[in-house]
Amino acid sequence: MTEQKYKFLSTPRRPVEDRRFVAGRGKFIADFDRPNMLHVAPLASHYAAAAINGIDASAALAMPGVVDVITGAELAAAVQPLMNGLNTPNVRRFPLAVDRVRYAGEWVCAVVAESRALAEDALEKIIVDATPQPFILDAETALLDTSAPVHPEHGSNLLLDRKFVWGPVDDDFDAAAYSLSFSVTWGRNSTVPIETFGVLAEWNGWDQMLDIWASIQMPKYADQIARSLDLPGNAIRVHYDVDVGGSYGVKRGIKHSVLVGYIARKLGCPVRLIEDRLENMRAGDAHGPERKFDITIAFDQDGTVRSMKMRALDNAGAYAGRAPFQLGKPISAIVGPYQINSVAYHALSVTTNKTVQEAVRGFGQAPTNYAIETAMDRVAEYLGMDRLALRQKNLIRKDQFPYLIPSGSYYDSGDYHAVIDKVLTAADYPAMLAERDRLRDAGMMAGIGIAACLEPSGGNSSFEPLLNQSNQTSTWMESCQVNIDALGMVTARIHTTSSGQGHETLVSTILGEVMQIDPELIRITRPNSLESLPGNSPVGSRMAIMLGGAAARAGEKLKAKIMAIAVHRLGVAIDQLRYEGGDVLANDGRRFTWDEMVELAHRQYHNLPDGMDPGLASFDIMQVPTGDALPVDHKVQMYPCYSFEFHLLLVSFDPIIGRPDIHSYVIGHDCGTVINPAIVSGMTYGGIAHGIGAALFEEFAYDTNGQLLTQSFLDYLMPSSHEVPAIQIVKHCTPSPHTVFGQKGSGESGYLGAPAAVSGAINDAVSGLGIHFEKLPIRMSTISDAIAAKTS
Amino acid sequence: MNDVTLTINGKPVSGVTEPRVTLLDFLRDVAGLKGTHAGCEHGVCGACTVLIDGTAVRSCLMLAVQAEGEDIITIEGIGGSGARAGELGVIQDAFCETHGLQCGYCTPGMILAAEALLSVNTDPTEHEVREAISGNICRCTGYVQIVDAILLAAKRLGQRNDAAPSDANLV
Repeated sequence: MTEQKYKFLSTPRRPVEDRRFVAGRGKFIADFDRPNMLHVAPLASHYAAAAINGIDASAALAMPGVVDVITGAELAAAVQPLMNGLNTPNVRRFPLAVDRVRYAGEWVCAVVAESRALAEDALEKIIVDATPQPFILDAETALLDTSAPVHPEHGSNLLLDRKFVWGPVDDDFDAAAYSLSFSVTWGRNSTVPIETFGVLAEWNGWDQMLDIWASIQMPKYADQIARSLDLPGNAIRVHYDVDVGGSYGVKRGIKHSVLVGYIARKLGCPVRLIEDRLENMRAGDAHGPERKFDITIAFDQDGTVRSMKMRALDNAGAYAGRAPFQLGKPISAIVGPYQINSVAYHALSVTTNKTVQEAVRGFGQAPTNYAIETAMDRVAEYLGMDRLALRQKNLIRKDQFPYLIPSGSYYDSGDYHAVIDKVLTAADYPAMLAERDRLRDAGMMAGIGIAACLEPSGGNSSFEPLLNQSNQTSTWMESCQVNIDALGMVTARIHTTSSGQGHETLVSTILGEVMQIDPELIRITRPNSLESLPGNSPVGSRMAIMLGGAAARAGEKLKAKIMAIAVHRLGVAIDQLRYEGGDVLANDGRRFTWDEMVELAHRQYHNLPDGMDPGLASFDIMQVPTGDALPVDHKVQMYPCYSFEFHLLLVSFDPIIGRPDIHSYVIGHDCGTVINPAIVSGMTYGGIAHGIGAALFEEFAYDTNGQLLTQSFLDYLMPSSHEVPAIQIVKHCTPSPHTVFGQKGSGESGYLGAPAAVSGAINDAVSGLGIHFEKLPIRMSTISDAIAAKTS
Repeated sequence: MNDVTLTINGKPVSGVTEPRVTLLDFLRDVAGLKGTHAGCEHGVCGACTVLIDGTAVRSCLMLAVQAEGEDIITIEGIGGSGARAGELGVIQDAFCETHGLQCGYCTPGMILAAEALLSVNTDPTEHEVREAISGNICRCTGYVQIVDAILLAAKRLGQRNDAAPSDANLV
């Protein structure tokens, strides 16, 4: 058994972070106070689109406690535009609107005051002279030549328009017996962490240093602030010892950070901006993909799926950011876990007058998986074939790995059929089918949902050069430093904030395993960005692979030094020695203890091998496994590791009420070697909960005037403990050949397949009525209305 | 401005505050207790949950002046304090055991909701546990390991030799 190979890895161990959190002793951004700190409240646009003719802030400025009012015009003259991922220089974005507003809620100006309450009071005194303008909410409409561009300087609403053809698509379609077309739409939702985004900036003019504390999960965060504020990179000091209250991708607050950084520098005071919930929902620039898929799929009578044409149109909202790249990551798993020989992919991203998109858990993969899995259900329906059997027929087999998909990535490893077999057994699939039929006989609508999908993990962001040829990114490194102090204790440094992923546990567990030291004795610290080695933050399910990998390699370097000292000390060849629990044992029975080794390294230079540096410290900057090359012929290896998940659930609902009740939910999950079982299972459960929300409840819905309707938790509904059922996880382990211990990513698990599976279950339930639900979320009212329309 | 005096975690706390200040902001900004968290500030998410006379209450929906004279327990009042800081209460320990949390932001509210449940129901069913935390939104865990934690805590509390009804400060 894999589990027994390790002393600490894959064993049930308490995450070390939990102690401070259960005591309420986490240190979140709102917990940081600085002397004489000022507070910011932004003024939101009432219009979806408008020209700003003037802003009169005189009454606000006259209020006691109000220090300043910052406008977009002032800011635009002082800072550089925020970075775009694509080469779209004329889609300029500043933290505050400049000359025109492009979505309802967009920040028009910002009040700085002695308290947040005073700043909010002052917002009501600001008079904005604005002229409403036409606006676009729908992505297809945005594509029309007759639609005015959201950014006139850009010339159109197109941010991205790329067509890829991987493999003999036309030949495969010609050879296939059948083809069918359908469309599905992934509704606009997001991860909506319970902690909103916040940032605190403090400028020290004597040191020429901008200190930043933030609730952040953002690659190259300090660099982006420096670029926008025209400061040297080493004048930005981001403090990573801030606990982040949930993120799942979205805590990118770059506009907030540039704004408070500018104000802090201008006023010479600490300045803090914490979003309230309304600001978070409508102007946090943290909405997820809103994506329409048009799919045509070619297949044979026996169920073999030969080829797929996919058009994916994403509604990016009012500015570009990194949103269009969320059409790029799915290229790395564009055929899902299936042997589909060729793919044509048309990726489109457009601007509209909606809130800006940001990275959301899975970076576009969950919507694409929903489209692919819907295609599998539709093919099965067309052929009258069992949905499960169709998938089993098309799945990549264990003996085919490493498996090259048409778009250029090799899947590393897996045994999809074995995972599915385990799930079917654990769920008692025949009994589940019988229960579905029993429920149907009792007058309920009942359906079974099935979804198989992959979690690409640990990649090097190579969708950037694939979609933007001026981008030459071929690394997405991560780092770890380890020090053994003069008393023999181990401290490791990690160079990022964390938002619940358990990175301290990850590193202490892996270092403990490598060094054979109790992980409880290893201290993990988080230096600030100026004291840090390069890293890319916890995105793309990468940290078990990349931070875990760097920690293991740094530990191995220390072990190598310890062995070299032992060789010198004991005067025997290295093959006569073995490392054991921190001591080095010679075959002749002598033991060179940890304490002796520490004494030599820290105090007795004269007893160290010639030329060896004193002390016991190491670091590692790890390159992404398999991620060395830029794209060739529009293909690239994107991710080293591919985790697999298989969802199976039974849903029923009353045909009149339409409220889905999930009876049982089983997921098979293979993310290779697990570092900490409770952390992985927790992420998987949480991902499924988030997926249930995306499938049934969560949507940022707009009215016809471009106003966000779901802007509180009373309207934007998230699953509570009643909506998330008991979930059974069936574990399987196919180690990755590319990682230190065979680990793969798991941070997006559950979420990647749950929306597809839940949608499949609802659609199975109504299949007898000829209904197809083609848009997520599938709300209660949608279900009951559709059934009523069919049966009345 | 109003004078407000409350009992927080067994100790009297006085402060001068505007009438519009919520109990949540009073606890955080006046009393300096940062373990109670703001989530939605409109009474849905439960991150700001505290106990008032043993009942779970949303501190964002109550003004500080309304809480005058009330006996309030915050997360800082659970488990060890002072020289016993670092000692977990039974419910806190169970959350660590099952990893009933991830980012830790909703966790204080969850633990206080669990405390309120277990102080009146020593042997809850899974459904009763889910009901007790149904006003507390967690975006990380899918609740599964939280439910496990509360059931584990109930079991352990049931096996205790002493009659202590809660985890209120071990001092």
